[in-house]
Amino acid sequence: MKNKADVVIIGGGVNGCSLAYQLAKKKYDVVVVEKKYLSSGATGACGAGIRQQWSTKENTLLAIQSVKIFEQLSKELGQDIEFRQGGYLIALHDAKEMKQAEKNVALQRSLGLKVDIVSPEHINDIVSILDVKGMNALGATFCPTDGHANPFRTTFAYADAARRYGAEINTHTKVMNLKTVKKAISAVVTDQGTIQTNTVVNAAGVESKDIAAMVNVSLPLTPMRKEIMATERLEPLFEAMVISFKDGIYFSQQNEGQIVGGLPIPEERGGYKTMLTFSFLEHMARTLTRYAPVLKHVNMLRHWTGFYDLTPDARPILGEVKNVKGFIQCNGFSGHGFMLSPMVTKMLSEYITEGKNPEVLIDLNLERFKGKHIEKELSVVG
Amino acid sequence: MKRSIVCRCEDISEEDVIQAIDEGYTDIEELRKKLRIGMGPCQGRVCIQLVARILEKKTGKKVSKIPLPTVRPPLIPVSLGTLSSEDHEE
Repeated sequence: MKNKADVVIIGGGVNGCSLAYQLAKKKYDVVVVEKKYLSSGATGACGAGIRQQWSTKENTLLAIQSVKIFEQLSKELGQDIEFRQGGYLIALHDAKEMKQAEKNVALQRSLGLKVDIVSPEHINDIVSILDVKGMNALGATFCPTDGHANPFRTTFAYADAARRYGAEINTHTKVMNLKTVKKAISAVVTDQGTIQTNTVVNAAGVESKDIAAMVNVSLPLTPMRKEIMATERLEPLFEAMVISFKDGIYFSQQNEGQIVGGLPIPEERGGYKTMLTFSFLEHMARTLTRYAPVLKHVNMLRHWTGFYDLTPDARPILGEVKNVKGFIQCNGFSGHGFMLSPMVTKMLSEYITEGKNPEVLIDLNLERFKGKHIEKELSVVG
Repeated sequence: MKRSIVCRCEDISEEDVIQAIDEGYTDIEELRKKLRIGMGPCQGRVCIQLVARILEKKTGKKVSKIPLPTVRPPLIPVSLGTLSSEDHEE
């Protein structure tokens, strides 16, 4: 392992690997340290969705720009990341949800997104297997350019490309401590050796909180265990991701044919437990077959857990912290790290290499939690 | 061309596994995510031991020292209809 680097990235998820690629491409000497294996955290457990329909301007902008990058990413990285744009259908169940959807759609359209409110009789034109009555839908919103990609392939493709540009990626390497000199980052101590550096990116997902604590920075992150399942492979049945904020469910059919989806269980609590629950199996199967009764004949193959690194406003913490020079945050994605990763890492790489600090990056800095008014992202699912 | 099938669910051969290991995917979970071994209906019962042996041959790490992938229930395929049935409730 190198003992010196321009930038050390902690965390080998999609954000860490993407940032490593972008910095290495700009000839920066980059080292990634990952405690387990690549995509072993939230990236590898996620639902693979890529959505641009949000309630806050920052998330909408990051997502729109991310999709533009995803659209040409397979070509750029030289590997198929299985990006498909089948759209996101967001079911609406009552007047309150409809009112919020109208507000969201107006915001999204003002930022250039093509998105529509769909009447109940047109829902089956988009996803034919849905039981509109069973899901109690008054309508839906639909954005045709939303979609999904393969999170493992994306992470591995970024890592391969980063290595080609000279980045060093160390898996099974644990960060033990961060060192500072005069309130500036000076080194990363790992169980495999020490790396001298002036810049550290904290992209460790739910464990970012522990990393930040090493230099007395307190991150408002709550680990939320989430459960998700995959069925056997099927012939192509539908292209859109179907989600509901009220029921918490999301599901889509992936490239290989399996249906992947999840929903929160009623007894969900914050914490580090990774145990699977029977409650999930029951709630997921019941809700999914209520939405799409034909799926009762389909076999579930497996079910697993992952964590949302939840912030108080469900928006990520990005950029350099005020009190420790060279300590950059890339965490708190609250379940949306994969879909926002292309634009987030592009902005962070430009911040590191050129000092660019756009409005979105300032708005999503850790400093925002000191303010009295925090705008919360409302469009959270799962 | 001769192909020794390692994973029947996903049609992955010994050669595919060796190639992935040569590309740097030397963790059984990484191989799983790279090749989808263990993600089919058998959930790894057919392939994982074979993959662990190939890993041992390639990396020298003993099979007994190679951690198995996380166990992901329900272990055997169960229909969503069965899982959603109310019959077993008190």
